Amino acid sequence: MKRAKEVTRVQELVYELKVEQAMTGDVVAVTPQTLMVEFREILRVNRISGTPVLENGELVGIVSIEDLIKALASSELEATVGEKMTTEVKTLYADEPLIQAVGKFARYGFGRFPAVDRQGKLVGILTQGDIVKGLLKRLEIDYHEEEIHRYRASHIFEDIVADEAALLFRYNVIGQDFTRAGEASSKLKRTLSRLGINPRIIRQVAIISYEAEMNIVIFTDGGELVAEVRPERIKIEAIDGGPGIPDIEKAMHPGFSTAPEWVREMGFGAGMGLLNIQACSDEMKLESTVGVETHLEAIVYVEGGKGDAERDSQ
Amino acid sequence: MLKEIANELTLTVRTAPDKLDVEVTGGYASDLLSRVMAKAKKGNLWVTIQAHPNIVAVASLLELAGIIVAEDVELDPVTIEKANEEGIPILTTEYCTFAIVSKLAQLGVAGVD
Repeated sequence: MKRAKEVTRVQELVYELKVEQAMTGDVVAVTPQTLMVEFREILRVNRISGTPVLENGELVGIVSIEDLIKALASSELEATVGEKMTTEVKTLYADEPLIQAVGKFARYGFGRFPAVDRQGKLVGILTQGDIVKGLLKRLEIDYHEEEIHRYRASHIFEDIVADEAALLFRYNVIGQDFTRAGEASSKLKRTLSRLGINPRIIRQVAIISYEAEMNIVIFTDGGELVAEVRPERIKIEAIDGGPGIPDIEKAMHPGFSTAPEWVREMGFGAGMGLLNIQACSDEMKLESTVGVETHLEAIVYVEGGKGDAERDSQ
Repeated sequence: MLKEIANELTLTVRTAPDKLDVEVTGGYASDLLSRVMAKAKKGNLWVTIQAHPNIVAVASLLELAGIIVAEDVELDPVTIEKANEEGIPILTTEYCTFAIVSKLAQLGVAGVD
């Protein structure tokens, strides 16, 4: 049951892509009257291993290199394709997902399937090689798109004309939701890497935002995580609506935690979170009013901050 | 390479089987997530008995090579789903943390300190 959820990108694509996106549309076909000796030439010239057989535009069979070898073995090269072809043709619909094709290749062991439209007209042919090529092409497009995102984003500050520019990213954090905990930080990290920010800086910001997000999840009914990105520094703010921290000095003490037992069993509440934030920030400010709110502000300088000095080794 | 380690120690690959061709830069073992956040480095292999979805967030944020969940602790289905989404390999073993860490050490995976 659990296995069903383990889906990779390629598996996903097999469901997304249609047969028509991977098939060869320009189909080389023969007629039942074509001689096997002519068929051999057609295979050789086109460098293919089989063709559909059409009569007056209707798909009547399929003939492959295997049929040719059999004809060669019994010296029947002068026979017609019509005598040697397979007449029970299994086809694919051009608009069905590739996964159907994968299933049919596995089930029948054929080398190729003609693809037809819903009226039964031949529109293409699909081999297993076409499936692999189609998937690779699509993966390459995905990759390029990601590259373009990255390129555009990393030049954004150069393109903006202003005396002062900042980008603001705001993420909602739901309190007590341990399933989605960490998502805001993951999204922020992805955004920052698309902006082309130095990986060491991103790592610092990721640790800060993760710990701040987890504090909101563990201790409050919810809040928000805000990142303000300027060319020279990144400011992370975590704001929630209470319960607030009665003694901030105590909260900053290594190992001190007020997390309930069940939360600790999941590995949270080690009493390290605020310290981790402090260690990764160039400036940190924590203010809290019990029963009202907690406001954390952490700043990481892009140049000349901790990221350039002691964190060089990472 | 994570793949070789997985084979050598007969770990069960539970997620992201396409992400095993990565260099392992060292190892870290802890069940306290903030400790991991503070100490584990990029490319490290993390040994833990935590199996809830947040371990994926930690591994992804730190860009760890993968997670070994010891003592065959049952993985939360959401953990599996997220790990596949994020491309984080989770490997499971029947051994306890201490035993699997000593085996990793024999294969030359070093602690990060």
